Amino acid sequence: MKVVLLIVLVGVTVALLVAGLMVHGPSSGTVGIASGSSLVGFKAGDATPEQALGSFLTDVQRRNWDRAYSAVEKANESLDEQGFIQEWIGTNGGLRAFSNLEGYDSRPLHASDTDAQMRVTLHWATPVGPVEDVRDFRLARRGSDWKVIWDEAPPPSVPAQVVPVNYLRWDLVTGGSGDEWGSRNVDSPHVRIVSMNAVDSAEGSVVMGEVVNEDTIPAFVNVNATLVDASGNAIDDESSFDKILHVLLPKQVSPYRIDFPNVNLSKVKNVRMDVKATLVPASSDPVIGVMNQKLDTDPQGRPVLHGDLLNQSGQTVNIPHVIAAFYDNNGKVVWVSDGYVERALLPQSSESFAVEVPKSLAGKVQSFHVVVNQYSLGKA
Amino acid sequence: MRPSVLATWVSVACLASMAYAQVGELRAPSSAIAGNATSIGTAGSGTATFYLIGPSVSLKREVKLGQEIQLEPREVQNSGRYLAIACTDTCSHVEFFVSPAKPASLTFLVHPSRAPVGENDVISGVALLFDEFRNLVIAPVNVEFQLAAGGKTVMSHPASTHSGVAWFRTNSGKTAGALQILASVNGVSARRVVQQVASDPCSLRIKGERSAKGIIVETEPVRDCAGNPVPDGTVVTFTAQQGHGETSTVDAPIKQGVARAQITATGPVVVSAAAGVVLGNELRLGAQ
Repeated sequence: MKVVLLIVLVGVTVALLVAGLMVHGPSSGTVGIASGSSLVGFKAGDATPEQALGSFLTDVQRRNWDRAYSAVEKANESLDEQGFIQEWIGTNGGLRAFSNLEGYDSRPLHASDTDAQMRVTLHWATPVGPVEDVRDFRLARRGSDWKVIWDEAPPPSVPAQVVPVNYLRWDLVTGGSGDEWGSRNVDSPHVRIVSMNAVDSAEGSVVMGEVVNEDTIPAFVNVNATLVDASGNAIDDESSFDKILHVLLPKQVSPYRIDFPNVNLSKVKNVRMDVKATLVPASSDPVIGVMNQKLDTDPQGRPVLHGDLLNQSGQTVNIPHVIAAFYDNNGKVVWVSDGYVERALLPQSSESFAVEVPKSLAGKVQSFHVVVNQYSLGKA
Repeated sequence: MRPSVLATWVSVACLASMAYAQVGELRAPSSAIAGNATSIGTAGSGTATFYLIGPSVSLKREVKLGQEIQLEPREVQNSGRYLAIACTDTCSHVEFFVSPAKPASLTFLVHPSRAPVGENDVISGVALLFDEFRNLVIAPVNVEFQLAAGGKTVMSHPASTHSGVAWFRTNSGKTAGALQILASVNGVSARRVVQQVASDPCSLRIKGERSAKGIIVETEPVRDCAGNPVPDGTVVTFTAQQGHGETSTVDAPIKQGVARAQITATGPVVVSAAAGVVLGNELRLGAQ
């Protein structure tokens, strides 16, 4: 009996090994890793578009710019090597400037003897967490080699100009310890949570909604939530962290989202909300317009809200951060998404953005509200 | 001398000695005021050890019985209940109360520091009276609260202190600006300022025109229902709905009473505006 079982196990194992080698699943794309995918310094003629793209992205990963640039064919004559490098390493203190290409996944969309199109998901490690960037690369056969057709627009160049900025700024004068009690009190800003909704998501529970600054002064706002079970015990407490517009100008409304990973909403009986607002110095500049917002699907078929950010001021916004609230037909906030824009937003110029909407909610969304957080180097 | 006579004399001498150092009753000062010298009467003769225990003070010294025990002003600076004790072989004690002196300073707390115009009972003030030694003056004293805006007195409100505290509560005015609040008593005064701010925008009306880069929209001067201009910096959200389902929004702060935004749109567009929970009119602009 034991011998029969042994023979069966060996047979099944061999059969599975053979099946694994023979059968190619739908996700049989190339997976790039940070190191070891090709030999440094060795660049034989790439026989396939996949190999060519792999070599190119490996050079980009390793910052072998000369070799990576030699593998591209410019579609735009205005592009030079410096512009090509800047596209990958970022400029003007944007998020890309603080990021590293960790790896990539690629899969062919179309391939012939002379040209090919590859869809690549670039995995970036950034200070705000991992960021995925999906790009389509066109490749063309040139002799025995495949070249990457580089048709990216060169980085925007802002002409020298004088942009008058005379928006308000609020400074804060505080009293000293020697002041008489009650003589220089300034009340905290009045901030109110105008909506709250708790939902279950794939990762756990999510509490979201909107908060408004009802005061006439700016406020630094943070929203905290505590989940309470049926016996009145706190299950978990979290804050909105970066999923909120922290500095709210007078009458400004911001979405917020608080994630509770691995907490099942069915165990939650009550949610205690707490909004903290403190008076901070602030400026109403820069003004960032959110243009051409539209719900659509991205090349991978995922529902997204995309649009363009337009910096209407004279100040560079190094890392724009988009936060979007999505409403159903009753005006209830059903989801809050956020996303960082990798390029710096230069004065009087625009950058596109896209934030994802869960597929399960995409049909419910009737309207949305987008706000832009801005991080600028040299500003607290 | 016979031994019995000697023993009698020794006993008498001892008794006389004891009688000499016997402490009599202490007499409390009739009205002690903080920071004013006062005295405690004693009876008896000889010397005694005197203890004084009071709020934030305790002292010990030798005193002569039968004379007034003088207390220096600095020894009774703190108002409250004091205990005086004089001891020889036995002790005698008396309690007395040191009252606060006349008001010398005023602590004045006003809330809030900002108040929207036209709200009932939104401004309150509390005054606490202290003497020069920071004792709370608990005897009833009349405090005058005066509220002035734009150089004119808008309200005068006398109030008597209860247990050292006087207070008032009032509505905010109709006009935005600084509200000066003065609390005064017997030449002592304190001034505070409440900033009366415009309330929510009453109506939001927008106008716009096409420009080379799209459209420029702006509000008419934004005012609250009492006609006060809404503070600069208040955010007005402009939303432009374009014909092909695209939306553009700009959060524009009010500057010199007007919020203005530039929106990139080429086709027909419907623009609306909102500030907080107040909505404005819709503006329809045709294609470029």
